[in-house]
Amino acid sequence: MSLPESDLDLIVSELGREPTPAESVLFENLWSEHCAYRSSRPLLSAFDSEGDAVVIGPGDDAAVVAVPLSEHANTPPAERSPEDYSETYITLGIESHNHPSYVDPYDGAATGVGGIVRDTMSMGAYPIALTDSLYFGPFAREHSKYLFDGVVEGIADYGNSIGVPTVGGSVEFHEGYVGNPLVNVACVGLTDADRLVTAEAQSAGNRLVLVGNATGRDGLGGASFASEDLSEDAETEDRPAVQVGDPYTEKLLIEANEALIDESLVASARDLGAAGLGGASSELVGKGGFGARIELDRVHQREPNMKALEILLAESQERMCYEVRPEHVDRVAEIAERFDLGCSVIGEVTEGNYVCTFDGEVVVDVDSDFLTEGAPMNDLDAEAPAEPTVAVPDIGLAEAFEAVVSAPSAASKEWVYRQYDHEVGTRTAIKPGDDAAVMAIRETTGDPMDTSGDGTGLAISAGAVPNWTDTAPYEGAKAVALENATNLAAKGALPLAAVDCLNGGNPEKPAVYGGFKAIVDGLADMCSALSTPVVGGNVSLYNDSATGPIPPTPTLAMVGTRSGYDAPPAALAGEGELLVVGETGDRLGGSTYLAEFNGSDGFPALPDDPAAVIESIARVASLDSTLATHDVSTGGLAVTLAELVTETAGAEVTLETIAAAFDETPGRVVVETADSDAVRDAVAEGVPVRSIGQATPGGELSLTVGADSRTYDYEAIAALRSTIDSAFE
Amino acid sequence: MTVAVVQFGGSNCDRDAVRALTHLGIDAERVWHEDGLPSETTGVILPGGFSYGDYLRAGAMAARSPIMNEIRSAADAGTPVLGVCNGAQIGCESGLTEGAFTTNERARFQCEPVHLRVERADTPWTAAYEAGDVIEVPIAHGEGRFEITDERYDRLEADDRILFRYCAPDGSVTEAANPNGSIGNVAGILGESDHVAVLMPHPERATLPDIGGTDGAGVLRAFA
Repeated sequence: MSLPESDLDLIVSELGREPTPAESVLFENLWSEHCAYRSSRPLLSAFDSEGDAVVIGPGDDAAVVAVPLSEHANTPPAERSPEDYSETYITLGIESHNHPSYVDPYDGAATGVGGIVRDTMSMGAYPIALTDSLYFGPFAREHSKYLFDGVVEGIADYGNSIGVPTVGGSVEFHEGYVGNPLVNVACVGLTDADRLVTAEAQSAGNRLVLVGNATGRDGLGGASFASEDLSEDAETEDRPAVQVGDPYTEKLLIEANEALIDESLVASARDLGAAGLGGASSELVGKGGFGARIELDRVHQREPNMKALEILLAESQERMCYEVRPEHVDRVAEIAERFDLGCSVIGEVTEGNYVCTFDGEVVVDVDSDFLTEGAPMNDLDAEAPAEPTVAVPDIGLAEAFEAVVSAPSAASKEWVYRQYDHEVGTRTAIKPGDDAAVMAIRETTGDPMDTSGDGTGLAISAGAVPNWTDTAPYEGAKAVALENATNLAAKGALPLAAVDCLNGGNPEKPAVYGGFKAIVDGLADMCSALSTPVVGGNVSLYNDSATGPIPPTPTLAMVGTRSGYDAPPAALAGEGELLVVGETGDRLGGSTYLAEFNGSDGFPALPDDPAAVIESIARVASLDSTLATHDVSTGGLAVTLAELVTETAGAEVTLETIAAAFDETPGRVVVETADSDAVRDAVAEGVPVRSIGQATPGGELSLTVGADSRTYDYEAIAALRSTIDSAFE
Repeated sequence: MTVAVVQFGGSNCDRDAVRALTHLGIDAERVWHEDGLPSETTGVILPGGFSYGDYLRAGAMAARSPIMNEIRSAADAGTPVLGVCNGAQIGCESGLTEGAFTTNERARFQCEPVHLRVERADTPWTAAYEAGDVIEVPIAHGEGRFEITDERYDRLEADDRILFRYCAPDGSVTEAANPNGSIGNVAGILGESDHVAVLMPHPERATLPDIGGTDGAGVLRAFA
């Protein structure tokens, strides 16, 4: 790949000369789709990213959001006042590592974790939780299993080593990812008003200090690699563009970063990710309206005879660029030394251009704003997605139940999350396997060591459902946002903020771009309806290969808050009435049922007032009489009920139609309650509450649909749900 | 008067150990390995994590760092020393305890709650329990399979050095209840003296009442 002719013309006219070789490569990378969002930025204005909670919105390394005080955590955001928020902040970031994970699943996924954790650190935050949303081709394919296994191991080895719990995420299998899997990693960090730093340079004369791993020739041109379709021979051809992670150094970097923040030694910070040192340093100074003078020879290097542009562009991992006041430079070097990290003072912030020298020669001399913000935007043709056809196969209850409950996307993900340390940090109150993780944010009590349980619970949910957005990109993306919010509400939390990772195919294809535009609008509209600011995100296009584009995939990582950390389990007690709160639809479009039996249908209607639904569910989850709650999503009510059954508690449920059992309309939960009147009193007007049966002692699910009845015991259900476990054991 | 939670490069349960001890009213602080033990050290925890990235062999590098000499001297002088997870691996590598913790039978990292049977109640680590009690504490490791020669294992048993065994909820020590293939379902052992112990499960993750069970608190109360 090289610079497009039109870009080159623009650069020549701005510079008044031909760019140097180092400048050409810098522009090629920083103006790539991956860094400059040339095809997506025109669409992203659809997102509402403001609100009282938002401290720093999109555009920095990670977004920063204030956590409400515990006593206001259950107040709907629209009714909160600014003083209801504490000075405890969380950071939110999300990143894709799609192409690298195809070429080298283990290292590709591992370095994705490393990158998003450093984005968190550069805000002065300590990483407290990770989620991973993974998308592969059909599970039956050996190659999908190979990628899946490698990606999970890469995430586990890296995340576990650095001591950041992986508490949630999603795993989906779909034909559209055969040639292009997706790995979307989100990180939540914890900071406060005093510790917060940004990636915006503060003043000329400050030094630029590079801390971390030595720079080698690894990951050269990763940003431009991520901005093209994957070629058929990508696994061999593109391996040099994939970086190799070193979690031990990352952990040292986390500790060093904490020490630097403790002593207020950092004026601003940016992690080195896409486009390496050139990207990080130019963006850091450019964002502050400055330039820089950088001597590339000063960068600590791992191998001899590196060229200027290799030093500039290498994506060697575990490196941070800090802006440091001159009088603090020695202390920064001491701290780096204490943690066995390399450290070089590479230059300083200036009022002029972004200038790099190497071997006494100027190799880059450009305006930093032009370099980092000057990429022209693409105006691409969009073709509106087609309406789904209607062809719903008629399948018997037993066949349908067994196929859907054991479908890989609906089946148990225990094999995945058992490999992740999800408890390190001792904050994880609700663990994986439930609707949402809940982390204890004890800091909002004023005492970080508080163990009363009275802090703010931070619920986290992340994922997308490709069957939904493949069927109906706009409605499907709205459903993804509502589904993540429902996961939070099922554990009693109200949405606070979200970040998105928007994955699409080659945007130069009008049908692909049309689908992509639809998922952006769908996510944006539902998040607005829920008053949930979308505070940041990531765009990954060109997820396209010889087997075609991926389904448009809007991974959303949403966080919400509740007072305290305790929530009803997603497991039956065996003694209450079973209610469904929220509307069950009658359309099967996008469902696992139709995916399993090759049918097609329109997407189900979503609630008119989704905020009322979410608030109602959260109130119901907070009632003392609520014994269990579990959201309805992939696989519909059938899967929700199967998941609720335990060895000692089951259910007797009657539904009218097959559609009611397998429809996947989000914005619904199954509630086991000891007081159904209390549930009806807790929901807003217009939010339906329907009794579907009774929880029973003994681990059996008896399901009656129309004239057909089936009973499955816990062992039979566990066997159906073990599709993934049993394939790997 | 403080418990030193020794932080090596790559340790990652050091903050959790301090938080758990603080909750129990026990003064504790993180101590960077190069800084040596504080003079007022009344106990030592070698916390979990991946010291030196586990790059040579889990615990092998940390076991040879200078602070371990200080810890051995402290242990000889009667200071209680507890190794948890990676700290247990370090304990074995440094000779504080016998045997080794190595790659799980399934060769994968496993993060899950397990049941432990208390084998001896007359040690500082188990004074809060009765012999035969079953407690629930989580594990989180890829290399937790206890290995030792048969001869030495027999001696451990004969000398009553086994502190905890993996068991079913009813206390029966079965193969099904053994998460990682440890010989004799061993989850934790004592050193030569009762005040030195290592275990793979994480008591500090089962101490704080606001996030779940507190069955592990008894182990940490040894430092009170």
